Amino acid sequence: MNLKKLTGSREFLLFIIVIAMFAIVSVVNPVFFSFNAVTDMLKNNAVTLVMALGMLGVMLVGGIDISITSTLALSGMTIGMLLKYNHISSTLLAFVIAIAIGTACGALVGLLISRAGVPPIIASMGFMYIYRAMGYLISNGGEWASAAALGSFKNFGTDKLMGLSKVIWIIIVCYIVFFFVMKWTRIGRQVYAVGSNAEAAEVSGIKVKNIKLMVHTVMGFLAGLAGALQVAVYASAMPNMAQGGEMDVIAACVIGGVSMSGGRGSVIGALLGALIMAMIPKALPLLHIDALWQNMIKGVMILAVVVINVILQRIAQRNALARREM
Amino acid sequence: MKKLLSVLLVTLLVAGLMTSALAGTADGKKIALVGKSAGNAFFEIAAASFKEAGEGEGATIDVVYPEAATADAQIKVLDNLISQQPDAICISANDFNALQAKLEEAMDAGIKVSSFDSAPNPASRQVFVNQAGTVAVGQALIDAVYDMAGGEGQWAILSATSQATNQNAWIDAMKKLAEDEKYAKLELVEVAYGDDEPQKSTDQTQALLDNYPDLKVICAPTTVGIMAAAKLVQDKPDCNVKITGLGLPSEMLEYTGADDAHSCPYFYLWDMQLLGKLSAYATIALINGDITGAEGETFSVEGLGEFSVTAADDGGTEIVQGLPLQFNADNIEEMAKLY
Repeated sequence: MNLKKLTGSREFLLFIIVIAMFAIVSVVNPVFFSFNAVTDMLKNNAVTLVMALGMLGVMLVGGIDISITSTLALSGMTIGMLLKYNHISSTLLAFVIAIAIGTACGALVGLLISRAGVPPIIASMGFMYIYRAMGYLISNGGEWASAAALGSFKNFGTDKLMGLSKVIWIIIVCYIVFFFVMKWTRIGRQVYAVGSNAEAAEVSGIKVKNIKLMVHTVMGFLAGLAGALQVAVYASAMPNMAQGGEMDVIAACVIGGVSMSGGRGSVIGALLGALIMAMIPKALPLLHIDALWQNMIKGVMILAVVVINVILQRIAQRNALARREM
Repeated sequence: MKKLLSVLLVTLLVAGLMTSALAGTADGKKIALVGKSAGNAFFEIAAASFKEAGEGEGATIDVVYPEAATADAQIKVLDNLISQQPDAICISANDFNALQAKLEEAMDAGIKVSSFDSAPNPASRQVFVNQAGTVAVGQALIDAVYDMAGGEGQWAILSATSQATNQNAWIDAMKKLAEDEKYAKLELVEVAYGDDEPQKSTDQTQALLDNYPDLKVICAPTTVGIMAAAKLVQDKPDCNVKITGLGLPSEMLEYTGADDAHSCPYFYLWDMQLLGKLSAYATIALINGDITGAEGETFSVEGLGEFSVTAADDGGTEIVQGLPLQFNADNIEEMAKLY
């Protein structure tokens, strides 16, 4: 592989930032430098990591979806209540139901955007309220399904497979599948094509509407999966769970270099962005930063990473241009 | 013969007691209980207990919920109630000031107005029944920390958000009480904020464990925080930190127990049943004129003893319920069905 191409890529710069953050925190507080600390961190950010993939697809076609954590709450709350009142007991079935609900939710958002032409932010805002309200309705107005009510389902959050948490395996599988689909399949390339130039894509025979519907449906699928993961990891389902978490997912993508106007972004970028979003709240308390300052610093760091990234990329581009002139 | 006589006497006595119980102190009285909004499981426990206590005294209790958790919706409810002329209205207010005009109208119409759970301003009520006071909560929590730490060592607080008024009041109360010599060997190392969010609470708890290897107790006076902390610690078999604070029994059932397999030996919450019962008796005492809501008055509650009307922080008067309720290995199963 061409080294210059590698070092010039946005993902590589992000990778350096991730390693640097990891190193700095590990030096200040060696506790961070351990297998358990890292797996705990991944588990605690499973929801963001998984949904960042869906958001990548949505943002690649120039869209956005802010209904995702409401979908998460609705699907998670539904299986929570089903388990609590002993309608189901199988972990697999719970996952299937959560994913089915999520997929349906996402498809509805996608239909409204692709068929009715409602702007993505508006369509998903409407559903953000609707799905969240449905989550509350299903919870009988605020009931929680807690550890004792979840039966064996909650074990999914603590069980391991080949020494690694099952939750982390799910994250890994999702990323591998997405990596392949986005890079080497026709459908993956079509998503990029729609985001780069929808009209050109349409002319070349890509069904733009269907692609838009698909990315939102996939987003819903992952939000439903995230709902089940959230309930398993925290051994509790509450109707207000992950409220505001959609911003973390969007921030992960933006940090990862996914363009808000579509067409640009990669699975690796989304992964690195989500890792940075996971590391910031993990690192700040370890660095003994005062609680009241943590959100402020989180915001500054998000912006800093994006700005550094943009500047470094410009330099890389200028160098590339200079080479071409020579 | 003697035996027979004593049996007879006891029977008579019991019968007498029963008839006197049937003749309640509030026979034929009508009380309307106005909630903040429907669907608050927590409030409904108090409401059910209020209803039971009130009906036990012979009153008719109507529990009414507004359409939404707003003052406007409660005003509509109050409008209806005033025209029905109940003997008393007991309200959990959605707004401190906004209900004043309506509640004054009710009082002018001869309806007694009490409140519990959430008070309207002093001019809008005759008396407020307050759940466990701030200091009582702080005392219970600091004593739990003292007990679980074995009298000395590091402890930390995991709160909700840094702006949460009630959280800060309890934390301040704990800090103040901790100045006492008894707690001199306890060291509060940090107040962390989990924003009542499982993810952030988990991060913050983990950071406390990582930063303070000698930490003995984490006190989380918030339901989400205590649950997240208890789960994280319980999932680490070699972690001996104990968790306490304020929580919901159904949420904490899995984590509460006296042995090392459980991360939380015991925790606290208001006694919503007691709050409901006490509020019912206070309202009946208002109707019967036993109290008017003036400072210094007292009334008695069957099985609970004497309660007195005291000055409240907001300038009105209140009846303070007392200590929060402890949930431990012995009662958690039972209480988890309720809360």
